[in-house]
Amino acid sequence: MKTFTYTIKDELGIHARPAGLLAKTAKALDSEITISKGEKTVGAAKLMALMGLGVKCGDKITVTINGGNEDASERAMREVLEDNL
Amino acid sequence: MTKFTGKGVYGAVAVGKISVFKRQDIQVKRIRIEDTQAEIARFEAAKEKTISQLKDIYDMALKEVGEANAQIFEIHMMMVEDDDYNAAIAEMINGQKVNAEYAVAVIADNFAEMFSSMDDSYMQARATDVRDISNRIIACMSEQKDNNSFSDEKVIICADDLAPSETVSLDKEKVLAFVTAHGSSNSHTAILARNMNIPAIIGVGDEFLSQINDGDMAVADGFSGELIVNPDEELLSEYRQKQLDESEKKALLQKLKGKENVTLDGRRIDIYANIGSVDNIGAVLLNDAGGIGLFRSEFLYLENSDYPTEDMQFMAYRKVLESMPAKKVIIRTLDIGADKQADYFRLDKEENPALGLRAIRLCLSRPEIFRTQLRALYRASVYGRLGIMFPMITSVSELEKVLALCRQVKSELDSENIEYSENIELGIMIETPAAAIISDKLAPMVDFFSVGTNDLTQYTLACDRQNPQVEPFCDTHHEAILRLIEISAANAHKHGIWIGICGELAADTSLTETFLRIGIDELSVSPSFVLRLRDNVRKINLSE
Repeated sequence: MKTFTYTIKDELGIHARPAGLLAKTAKALDSEITISKGEKTVGAAKLMALMGLGVKCGDKITVTINGGNEDASERAMREVLEDNL
Repeated sequence: MTKFTGKGVYGAVAVGKISVFKRQDIQVKRIRIEDTQAEIARFEAAKEKTISQLKDIYDMALKEVGEANAQIFEIHMMMVEDDDYNAAIAEMINGQKVNAEYAVAVIADNFAEMFSSMDDSYMQARATDVRDISNRIIACMSEQKDNNSFSDEKVIICADDLAPSETVSLDKEKVLAFVTAHGSSNSHTAILARNMNIPAIIGVGDEFLSQINDGDMAVADGFSGELIVNPDEELLSEYRQKQLDESEKKALLQKLKGKENVTLDGRRIDIYANIGSVDNIGAVLLNDAGGIGLFRSEFLYLENSDYPTEDMQFMAYRKVLESMPAKKVIIRTLDIGADKQADYFRLDKEENPALGLRAIRLCLSRPEIFRTQLRALYRASVYGRLGIMFPMITSVSELEKVLALCRQVKSELDSENIEYSENIELGIMIETPAAAIISDKLAPMVDFFSVGTNDLTQYTLACDRQNPQVEPFCDTHHEAILRLIEISAANAHKHGIWIGICGELAADTSLTETFLRIGIDELSVSPSFVLRLRDNVRKINLSE
């Protein structure tokens, strides 16, 4: 298992478009990936749940990666976050 | 005559007949079913059909409103395929043995409710998206026809609310305006209306639909947000005139879009736009500017309660560069002083801030702030054609320090293996008489000059811009200013660099010909002046 935290820099937070990109990326990976904000945790491949987290600019999220090629999954998730959020 | 007021989301006027939008009114009944497998198969088939419809809508939107705005339909497709949404529907069909339509309607309500209850207006507006896709799935399971057949006349569409897919699917040839009882200016429908240049009024309130009928004459004023039903003759002719004026103006500008900025005798000039925030990029594109000649980076500092981080700045610069593919974007580094500052800068009060510790002086005395901005700019440079411009330069040694800092930032990025573009243009503002006078020494050090006429006027004529009493003495056409511009232009060209003007004087059409004769290569003005200036340039003949 791997985890890392990321602070959202996009002024709109995790809005529809980046949520779509995150979900798409997570879905294509072979690991089980979750994203948590505070107490709430959702599957990273689940678009509506991701949007439902209500992540805003400046919020810290934790990404947890389980199984599969964890290194590659972490890289991919970091990249999509850094490029879009 | 009845008047309803909402919020105008696109400024334009429409006069015409009302058509009340009738949604396919689907009555969803709860029916008990036995064969849950067959029901789930029906749901799956409807989903497939929905996806293919959404693909068509996406393609249509792509053509009409561009990729950024079409993306919502890609999101819609992902929502249709969302795991939680699908699992909840299947579970309901299996567990409660209900028909698929009913399951979709109930689950849609649950998800829409989740969004509505969030504390962020953007997310609340997403409830509409869930309802939109769910209604589409339900419609795909029932055989109903679209009952919005219009006559050949163009109409003002009135609805309780319009889903994004409904907005895009409407035949635009038949739509004069949108008026809705609900909706927010954040809704994708509002965004789409703005991009389709259709007057739109939202949030008029529930009662209006019961008081209007198909065929009623009405005025939709997207400027004031008013819908006037059955207006009197006087008002009607007033609005018809307004409409005529608007359309003439638009036609003139449309005519100039895509045209070159070239004089009758073939002299070309670049016309770029000045902006102060990422939000203005829409206006830049709409007005067909050739690039961004001045992007004031101050907003990043003034809108925040602490120094904006490197990442925050990087995202903002990257966004601008990505929105202007293949076009030049010139970002001016921090230009603030004691008269215009954010509290966290804690600048001392100054007797004369215009002559004080400001702009590049502030950056050089607090290099850590400057370094952060330069790093963000260099990192963002790989996303477009970036130019960096330094304000208020007065001497060679200042510029040397600035350029040394740029080199330092580059070598830092090199050692961190962070990419940046090798083609960044570095330039300075010519806004002090000193810079203009020694422009022969400054020109070989940079890639371009940009004349800031507001400060150049203030410093040359010793006229405080903030003091209305000296305004009569502040002649912006003063020969001294024009001579300083001329000196700078001659020195720029001698050293093979380009020179632009980004101050207010650039938009002064009485000087356009003078600037062309001096050899100015670029004029940067606020977006709404771009096409007017182009019109002006195209009428000038320098050989006369």
